[in-house]
Amino acid sequence: MAKSITPDLEEDLVDFTSFSHRPNQLIPILQHFQSQKGYISQAAVNQIAEMLGISEAQVYGVASFYTQFRFEKPGDHLVRVCMGTACHVQGGEILSEEIQKIIGIRPGEISQDRKFELHEVACLGCCAQAPVVEIDGKIHGKVTRKKLNQILEGL
Amino acid sequence: MNRFHSCRQQALQKWDSQILHSDIPVIYLGTASCGIAAGALDVLESIQQTAAELGRTVRIVQVGCIGPCYLEPIMDIAMPGSPRVSYTNVTVQKAKKILKSCLVNNDLAPQMATGHFGDESFSVKTGIPRFFDLPMLKPQIRVILKNCGYIDPEDGDHYLANDGYLGFLKVLEEGPAYALAALKEAGLRGRGGAGFPTFKKWELCRDARGEQKYVVCNADEGDPGAFMNRALIESDPHAVLEGLLIAGFVVGASQGIIYARAEYPLAVKRLRKAIAQLRDYGLLGDKICGSGFSFDILIKEGAGAFVCGEETALIASLEGRRGMPRPRPPFPSEKGYNGCPTLINNTETLGTVPAIMRSGGEWYQQFGVTGNHGTKTFSLVGKVRNTGLIEVPLGTPLRQIVEEIGGGTELAFKAVQTGGPLGGCLGPSQLDTPITYEAMRDQGSIMGSGGLIVMDESTCIVDMARYFIGFALRESCGNCTPCRIGTRVLSDRLEKIIRGEGEPDDLEMMHKAADTMVKTSLCGLGQAASNPVTSSLNYFQSEYEAHIHDRYCASGVCKGLFQYIILPESCNGCTLCAKVCPANAIQGKLKELHTLDVNLCTQCHACVEVCAKRAIVAVPVPASQDHLQMSEVLS
Repeated sequence: MAKSITPDLEEDLVDFTSFSHRPNQLIPILQHFQSQKGYISQAAVNQIAEMLGISEAQVYGVASFYTQFRFEKPGDHLVRVCMGTACHVQGGEILSEEIQKIIGIRPGEISQDRKFELHEVACLGCCAQAPVVEIDGKIHGKVTRKKLNQILEGL
Repeated sequence: MNRFHSCRQQALQKWDSQILHSDIPVIYLGTASCGIAAGALDVLESIQQTAAELGRTVRIVQVGCIGPCYLEPIMDIAMPGSPRVSYTNVTVQKAKKILKSCLVNNDLAPQMATGHFGDESFSVKTGIPRFFDLPMLKPQIRVILKNCGYIDPEDGDHYLANDGYLGFLKVLEEGPAYALAALKEAGLRGRGGAGFPTFKKWELCRDARGEQKYVVCNADEGDPGAFMNRALIESDPHAVLEGLLIAGFVVGASQGIIYARAEYPLAVKRLRKAIAQLRDYGLLGDKICGSGFSFDILIKEGAGAFVCGEETALIASLEGRRGMPRPRPPFPSEKGYNGCPTLINNTETLGTVPAIMRSGGEWYQQFGVTGNHGTKTFSLVGKVRNTGLIEVPLGTPLRQIVEEIGGGTELAFKAVQTGGPLGGCLGPSQLDTPITYEAMRDQGSIMGSGGLIVMDESTCIVDMARYFIGFALRESCGNCTPCRIGTRVLSDRLEKIIRGEGEPDDLEMMHKAADTMVKTSLCGLGQAASNPVTSSLNYFQSEYEAHIHDRYCASGVCKGLFQYIILPESCNGCTLCAKVCPANAIQGKLKELHTLDVNLCTQCHACVEVCAKRAIVAVPVPASQDHLQMSEVLS
């Protein structure tokens, strides 16, 4: 059954020409889509399912299995607090609570003005600099309450 | 072959003229993720700016991680005719000062230097110690980390000039039998943590029948608190590629796949660059170096799932499915990616292979102890003074790592977690255990991929167990019941104990659940997920009991199970704690004893962090009259 393609997806289809349209390409295709659009929309799930000849449930099943994929439009500033073991030992949880207090949202949430989005992540791999916070792709090490306030105020 | 040799000649010349005998100062800066997190990019900008201001031409070489991450950002300067001199914990201002001194006054500023890369006579002349004589580095042996922090990981010529790809060429000349014999003699075992003999794994895949075979590098380093693979790839990506190339040739595969973790963008970027360089050198593609061997490498980025470190789950993920493990056999060596024989090795295992091929199995075998040969990298983190990436021979006692290399802990040592979230917490009485696959297992832990997280008395063991089981609970794929339900049972009981609602039979229930998980789970995740709980129950039972019977967390972590007091003999009345307290619970004038109102205190820990005198301590909550009466009624 041919479905009509929404205009913003046509662009992505062009980009997909470098992928072979086989189900084993599902994860790279989802990653590519997310890197272009910022998140996996319902339209994306439909589109990818049709392209690969698999069900939408299969696409969603795979996408929801992995923590990388998101189904909501991202906030302006992405704050990721590391919950790795080294960070935990060095007070990562306290740091996360402090961030929640400052920006007023809980992990997994986006602030109402869409300025901040907060996530707790498994490990950013900078364990020797624990505790670590990543803001908009930049990793900050040995974060103290003071340093945290300075960074967040600067946004 | 000619193409490779001419590339190698050029690389050697370049290395000699630009690095070894440079006529302009060479400045090295560690810009792996750990360096960047410490502020290396700001330092880089400062170096560029200062050199321009001073009107001096310098060569800036961005290198990877040299190991002692606690000293980051690390900037080295090699003045013409002098060895590299390291300056550590460099800030923007410090970099400026050092550069001015070196470039303008030709003064190495020994008082600011930490170490140098030259020989003893340079130490005598300058008073600067050798970098590799620092207490953290001296006991280490660098086989895998040989190039890390030493070469520019984005410049393949640097790798070539340091014996790069000679191991592969040797195998290409001598044939697969040489490689297998060398691996066997070396005694190399899987560095992902399972410790399966590498030669055996290769042999199985080589002997498996199939037209198409694959070799996969498992770079899905999912252990929280571990970063060995990230550091290796970011600092020396070609070593891993060479290992993969050798593996491909030996088992007869034409396709190599690197399954890299999504959270490591810099590692992926450097791998891509290195693969392109490899192609330029004529070491990738059809009929490599005129042999019959054709090989290509592609990168697959993981999408974030810890269980994908398990090889059958990894294959499922490669095939575009949910990363759920399946029962083995068949093993991947027989039926792996796309149903074809597939060899899956950990990044570190592959990174070790080139050195073994170059120098031979006998050479590698000299390191370590019988049955556990060679060296292993660990990420030494947590409450030790010297944190970072280390490499030691297997068989090294934990004590030497924690106390000598790590420089010990500020507060009293409590435990070291080995083997990541599926490993175990070992206490002071286990510190003399040598790190070998078997000894770790016998102590109720595992070797794992190499995370060593050190805890002191400010870490609560029950909270750590809850943390690890919480991780396993989230990462359990849900496929088999023992793991799915078992992690939930353990997590619920631990949460209950931490809330102060623990009951004596909780411990028994946890033992039972753990036992079932070990015996009946489908894959390694479920079988080992209870390790942190059982090992901590074994070695720290009294701490659990204090939480359950006395409702007391001596580490001051579990909220409600302690209260803070200010020790009069320690408080010097500096007012810092009063200033940071968000609840106004601390009162006190300058140079006078401060007081803390427990009714206002939210136990946010801010005061403890700022108190240099460690005057704020956790004590048990006094049992209230009501509580006492209640327990009398109940008993």
